[in-house]
Parts: sequence; structure tokens; C-alpha cells
Amino acid sequence: MDLLEELEQIRDEIRLWTLKELDHLGFGHYGGSLSIVEALAVLYGDVMNVRPDQKEDPDRDFFILSKGHGGPALYATLAVKGFIDYEWLYTLNQNGTKLPSHPDRNLTPGVEMTTGSLGQGISVAAGVALSHKLAGRGSYTYTIVGDGELNEGQCWEAIQFAAHHKLSHLFVLVDDNKKQLDGLTVDICNPFDFVEKFRAFGFEAVRVDGSNMREIRQAILTGKKQTEKPVAIILDTLKGQGVPYLEEKADNHHLRPSKQDQAAIEEAIALLEKRATKEAVK
Amino acid sequence: MIQQELIQENELKEMRQVYAETLLELATKDSQVIALEADLMSAISTNKMKSKIPDQLINVGIMEANMMGVAAGLSLTGRIPFVHTFAQFATRRAFDQLFVSLGYAKLNVKILGSDAGVTAEHNGGTHMAFEDIGLMRLIPNATVYEASDSTMLKALLKQSYEEYGVHYIRTIRKKAVKLYSEGETFPKGKGKVLREGSDVALIASGIMTAEALKAAVELKKQGIEAMVIDMYSIKPIDSELLVEAAKQTGKVITIENHNVIGGLGSAVAETLGENYPVPIKRMGIREQFGQVGLTDYLKDYYQLTSEHIVKEVRAFL
Repeated sequence: MDLLEELEQIRDEIRLWTLKELDHLGFGHYGGSLSIVEALAVLYGDVMNVRPDQKEDPDRDFFILSKGHGGPALYATLAVKGFIDYEWLYTLNQNGTKLPSHPDRNLTPGVEMTTGSLGQGISVAAGVALSHKLAGRGSYTYTIVGDGELNEGQCWEAIQFAAHHKLSHLFVLVDDNKKQLDGLTVDICNPFDFVEKFRAFGFEAVRVDGSNMREIRQAILTGKKQTEKPVAIILDTLKGQGVPYLEEKADNHHLRPSKQDQAAIEEAIALLEKRATKEAVK
Repeated sequence: MIQQELIQENELKEMRQVYAETLLELATKDSQVIALEADLMSAISTNKMKSKIPDQLINVGIMEANMMGVAAGLSLTGRIPFVHTFAQFATRRAFDQLFVSLGYAKLNVKILGSDAGVTAEHNGGTHMAFEDIGLMRLIPNATVYEASDSTMLKALLKQSYEEYGVHYIRTIRKKAVKLYSEGETFPKGKGKVLREGSDVALIASGIMTAEALKAAVELKKQGIEAMVIDMYSIKPIDSELLVEAAKQTGKVITIENHNVIGGLGSAVAETLGENYPVPIKRMGIREQFGQVGLTDYLKDYYQLTSEHIVKEVRAFL
């Protein structure tokens, strides 16, 4: 199996389990969890140096999900990667769970940082990247921020800080899914051009198709050639990505599925399960 | 040795110098120690250390929220960040960052909030924190100290370095009144009895400790024996000592350069209310904001001088 096929399998697994855990719970952040599945597949499936048996390795790469409401997708990824049991996914957001809606570093193996109050994870990622740079470590720090999250002033503080300190081993992936809770980002507080903004702030910045893992991976590999600037990769994504019904649904940030939604979600799950079986047979 | 009578002299060193020197000592000994500043290095004198520990002193610029996040990131990788800014920026401006990224995430950070209360002087109401202790007390498991002199500040910095967790130390920047000799220790969760007395217990912290001592000397002349306690550890607070003081005196007055809501007065009233209720008066800021003025003027304005304490005690007994 070549790398891309392998990544496609990981992507499908992550998407399948993201849907299953949200479906089991009955509500949640479907939109913004599904839009980061491809990015997580590339990070955890290929480019990041992280292993469940070496959780404390000081030379590991760090991932911080600054847009903490994408937690369900991160948990699915951690299950696929072997950090947690798949069974845990059915406890998402249940009383006493180790998988709260927003990630908690003190509850879930593999979760590096507690996030959910938007704008904070990116600062923490900058702190980690600075620490590694000062220690002369070659490891990388990755964070995914939401396009809506970039409303937060703290993000731009962190972006200025990272550029000033030339944190070239920091990758900020922007999940540009065009929507935030109350509607389209362009209607609520126009972000204008993220690439131009990041460049103006001293980042290396590029826009890629966020559903295309080859493009995401290539952007990271190219970004790693940088020695002076942190790298922003704007992921052109869709809320509900990978599930056509959810992609098309207008109000898809947080969902408490109707009967019709439920049927479509279960259909998507069945489809992914069928694909997963086929892949397993292969 | 504890000074039983008030030494009228100020200390030789400013508190900011003590902070800078102690930090330099810790950073030189331990490469994991990193000081973070938000464009107030020259205000707290850490600028003089920059050449000595260039990689361990980071000026993030005017971005307190980001500074707290960066501190969290440093802590995640095993470093020990010391964060300084004025008390109101360190707490109310970056409170959610402090609460979530450091407190809730259970990380390790030492925060120095300087220019406590009225000592913000000419910076006025925008810069005058009367609520920082209250905010910090609300963070589960955070340790909250207020330093009353340089011996104490140095000791609190060192013991906070030794202990994992969120530690907040409130201080003034300039010279304090000397209260303690070198070598005095200040265990967490304890208070210091500076003077015994059976008529009333004066419980103070920070710059109010010297005022309380001064008031006790005057009260003695008037035949009133006031116990004076320096309650530098506001959280956790020394409930054993508080109960003992309440038993011995039956009347308690708290004195703080802070809002009476949330600070020392609240902490004492809550503790005694639950364990040994006695009549309590809380001296401090009530429903007021700060304003510009010199410390002496403001202490008088907010009724926080030894004269006001004497008056309060006489009215209370």
C-alpha cells in the first residue's frame, strides 16, 4: 500500500469514528470536527513524530487543537493511532468521561493541551515552539485554529510573537471552513484574505485544498524547508467535510440531528464502514 | 527574628530589585527558569539581567493574554516560567488565559503582580488593582501570597520555584518598610504573629502590615493591646492561627490595600464564619475604583493609615 492509500484509510477511519461518537452522543460539533479530518490524518498518519508508547519523549512533535470544539475528531484520531481504546469514543461528553467536548490534557492520553476557550491554544503552541527552539530541539509544533477563532485578538498576539521569534518549527493550520456558530465568517467579521494577513504578520503562508491530503502534506514538507518564519497553511475546507449531506446543510456548526439528518449520518457511517471492510480485506 | 516594634526605616533595596536579583539567582542555577515580561522590564528592573541570561528573559511585548499562553507552553515542556506585569494586567486582563491555560490545565507558573493597589500611584484608576487577590483566589488550587517586605518577597519567590503549580505573588515595586531579618521563613498556609495582644486582632498583609504595627504601638499607649498578624499566605490561609487569634481577642479587624470583597477580609471572614465566628470589621476598598495620587494620600483617602486603624479599633471595642 502506498502512503496516499494508507492516509486515505486513516482519514476514513477518523471520519467514521468521529461520526460514530457524535452519533452515539446524539449531538455535537459535527461541522468543525469533520472539516479537520484530512489535516489530522496527514499529521498523525505521516508527518508527526508521536507514538502512544512514547508519550513523554521530549523530542516528540506537539499537536495542539486550538479550536478545541473539534475535540471529537482529535479523539477519533487518537483511537486510530492507538492512544486510547475505541470503546472510549462512546463515552464522549457522558458523565464522568475522559473525553469531554473540549480536549483536556489531564484526562485523555495523547492530548497535549487543554483547549476550548478560543485563541489560547495558538499561544501555548508558540510557547512550546519557543521552548524547543531555545533547547535546540528539532521537533515541530502543530496547531489547528478555526477561521472563526481568528476573530480572537489573542491569536494575532501569538502570530506576532511567533514571527518575531522566528519560530520556523511552528505550523499554524487554519481550518477555513467559512462558517462560525452564528453564520458565515464573511458576514460576521470579514476575515479578508488569510494568506495576505499571515504574510503581513511575518509568516510563510499558503492556501491549499483542505480535503486534499497530498496538498496538505506537500505544504507541510515545503514549510519545513523554512528556517526563518513560522508557517501558516490555510486549509480550504467545508463544515461537515466528507459527508455531502452535512456539507450542504446550512446550519452545520453544532448539530442535534433531526430524523432526516440522522438517516443521512447513518448512511454515511454505513458507507464508511463498508469501505473500511473492503480496505481491511485488501 | 521578627521585629516586635515597628522599624521606621525603609529597606535599603526596592522590591523590584529583589525580584530581579532573586530571578537572576534562580535562572543562573536552573536553566529551566524563564522570565516573561510584557514591556515592563524596566519598571521591574529585570532589564538589567538581560545580558546575563539572554535566553531566559523574554519580553513578549504588550500582550498579556499571549504571555500567559506562552507561559503554559513553556511549562508543558518542563520549564518554570516566572511572569511579571502590573497586578491588574496579570490578573483581570488575562484572567481567562490564566484560568484555563494555566489553572485548569494544571500547569506550573509563578506570577508576580506588581504595583499593588494604591501603590500604582500616578497610573491611577485604570492601573490600580483592588481585585487581583479576589480573582486569583477563585482559581482552584492556586496559591496566593502578598509580600510585605524584601526578605519575604525573596523567600516567597524561592519557595514558589520549588513547588509545582500556579503561584501568585502580589507586591509593591518600591521600598517597603523592613519587617523581617534575613533568614526568616514564610511557610505556605501560615501567618506571622508580629505582636501579641488580647483586646483585638489586627490582620493585615502587604503594606498594611506596617500600618497595623504602627497602630498597635499607638493603641498600647492608649491601653489597648492589639495582636498583629501578617497574613502573607492568603490562600491557603492559616485557619488555625485565625481561630486562635479570635479565641484570644474575640474581635478581629482585617486591613487590606484591596477591595474588601474577595481579598484578605473575605478570606478571614469566611474562615472564621465557618470555624469560630466572632465580630469582624473589614478595612479596605468599598465600592470604589482607584485614582491618581501618591501612596500616602491614597492610603489616607481610602482610610488605610494607622490613624484610621486606631479610630476603627476604638469604635469597635
